[in-house]
Amino acid sequence: MDMTYAGAEPKVARRKRSAIARYAAPYLFISPWILGFLFFTLGPLVFSLTMSFYDWPVVGVRSFVGLDNYRSMLFEDPQFWESLWITVKFAAIYVPFNIVMSFLLALMLHHITFASGFFRTAFYLPSVISGVALVTIWSWIYSKEYGLLNFMLSFVGIKGPNWLGDPNLAIVAIIIASLWGLGGTMLILLTGLKAIPKELYEAATVSGVPGWAQTLFITLPMLGPMLLFTFITSIISAFQQLTIALLLTKGGPLGSTYFFAMYIYDNAFKYFDMGYAAAGSWVMFIIVLLLSIAVMRWSAAWVYYEGEVRQNDGEHNA
Amino acid sequence: MAAIRIENLRKGFGSLEVLKGINLDIADGEFVCFLGPSGCGKSTLLRSIAGLEDLDGGSIHLGERDITEVASAKRDIAMVFQNYALYPHMNVRKNLSFGLALNGMKRDEIDRRVENAADILRIKELLARKPRQLSGGQRQRVAIGRAIVREPKLFLLDEPLSNLDAGLRVTMRVELAALHERLGVTMIYVTHDQVEAMTLSDRVVVLDKGKVSQFGTPLELFYQPANLFVAGFIGSPRMNFVTTEVTGQVDASVTLAGGGLAHPLTLEMLNAAPIAGAKSVTLGIRPDKIELVSAEAGHLVGDVRLVERLGTESHVHISLQNGGDMTAVVRGTHPVSARERVHLRLPAEHCHLFDGDGRAVARRLDVETQTLINQEKAKRVA
Repeated sequence: MDMTYAGAEPKVARRKRSAIARYAAPYLFISPWILGFLFFTLGPLVFSLTMSFYDWPVVGVRSFVGLDNYRSMLFEDPQFWESLWITVKFAAIYVPFNIVMSFLLALMLHHITFASGFFRTAFYLPSVISGVALVTIWSWIYSKEYGLLNFMLSFVGIKGPNWLGDPNLAIVAIIIASLWGLGGTMLILLTGLKAIPKELYEAATVSGVPGWAQTLFITLPMLGPMLLFTFITSIISAFQQLTIALLLTKGGPLGSTYFFAMYIYDNAFKYFDMGYAAAGSWVMFIIVLLLSIAVMRWSAAWVYYEGEVRQNDGEHNA
Repeated sequence: MAAIRIENLRKGFGSLEVLKGINLDIADGEFVCFLGPSGCGKSTLLRSIAGLEDLDGGSIHLGERDITEVASAKRDIAMVFQNYALYPHMNVRKNLSFGLALNGMKRDEIDRRVENAADILRIKELLARKPRQLSGGQRQRVAIGRAIVREPKLFLLDEPLSNLDAGLRVTMRVELAALHERLGVTMIYVTHDQVEAMTLSDRVVVLDKGKVSQFGTPLELFYQPANLFVAGFIGSPRMNFVTTEVTGQVDASVTLAGGGLAHPLTLEMLNAAPIAGAKSVTLGIRPDKIELVSAEAGHLVGDVRLVERLGTESHVHISLQNGGDMTAVVRGTHPVSARERVHLRLPAEHCHLFDGDGRAVARRLDVETQTLINQEKAKRVA
């Protein structure tokens, strides 16, 4: 009688099947993320790159134009350079302010003991408020006639300017409004501060190292990786600045707050030139990428990683 | 002069009182260990001396100078931390010189001190390395080096060897003793390891629940523990205790019975001073002094629960017939085995006696032990 038992399966076949299961299992577990990445990130990326080589109106015939979109943007479109210059100016002021103020705020919150939870929440809260709500609040603050800012300035005898109507002040107003959301950066730095062993400060205190030197020579180097991270993310968010400018000033007055992201937005949704807008997006991506690479290279001089052993540090002997 | 005088030192965290009136006199050049279980306040006491804690009361004098309110940096002290507290982003040379440079010391003097410390600790070849590239022992040396370069009057060491493996701990212990000998400065060392305390110290402060339980030389603590806590804490395996009663009192011949004692013991036999009015007392005996004897000669009866054979000696864990446990240390080749019934003799001359409040009753030591303790004290004074 021929009988087959489940347990009688040849050993080699079983081993082969278990090997496949062993190698496939991790991929199966991460497959939802991989599918999401393929459809919602990589797909649109490739699609936008393709679009950037086309004359791609929303309605009408699409035609392949090669590098024409890039050529005309870089060499024939003065608005591209103007919007890029405004964005660079904004980033040059916003990024250092964002990091320095976040650091100082984190330092203060790290040292206060009274109601620290309340202050942490209070400073973090603006960064989770939606952009539209934030702009609504700031448009009231900046209002020339009824604005809170000018109302407060009137107490000290200053007649407040037209914050959003003056081409020189509008970008300042946007920088201030953007800095309102520094809670995220602050929280990252605060977490970094809390991770620095307090014995390092105690050892310095016993050795007579003054407080300012402890901040300069212990806190800042120990926060290096966090500062680098926030530096790069701040650059990225500065280049992506859109919501506040779009809703608060609409790029004005006189194009003084016409950011690069708004330039892309207008080409896509005002002029319906999707190919041109896609090319703009890729130009922005390349600029941010190059800046990030430059910052990463520069960071080797001032960022220290705990687990890192550099070539010139000598022989490893742990 | 770097003698330390601590008077009525108190420190609490919220409602928790950690130091409850500490009084200590530490002589110039002495090596003193703060010893005690976790939470006894030894690290807090050390940090208070370092100026890293705000005190609730009391005073600290370094020599003739009252340093109670003096900033940590100006106390003329150096501290070595349990986790070394080396700056991970600085190389060894920078770690050693960091504090000096920021205090305005001249480059030449800094270099001289760094080279000198590196020489003493044999870390010259490590000066260019980062802490990450050092072994545990090397990091420990650098941490000590950072203290040496300050040329302080007082060294404070907070469990500096606890992160090292057993072998390295022994090596570093010897090196620390040699360093103390060489530098001749006062050192205060916090540890929960009694072997470290006993081997390194001139004197040991045993702390219990924020109070000084006893302050004495290592042999004093071992042979003349002031109370039940010190008796139980010093010595490994720990001292055995039997609660017994004073049953008869005729002059100095106080008889102890109860607690399962088959033969009564008298204070005369124990070489102990008279006890005033105590009813219940505790008898203490070190495990190595217990003898396994025949039924007629035994004071206590019990069953062997476990025998731990360590080679030169064996630890015999015994459950006593009348309740309670005891540990006896016998020679390594002793044939005793688990589940065996044994009879224990408690040699009276080696028994410690504690009154109802847990305080030791004074007892006369044998000449040899007393001479040893006296020699240890004389060496400390010298």
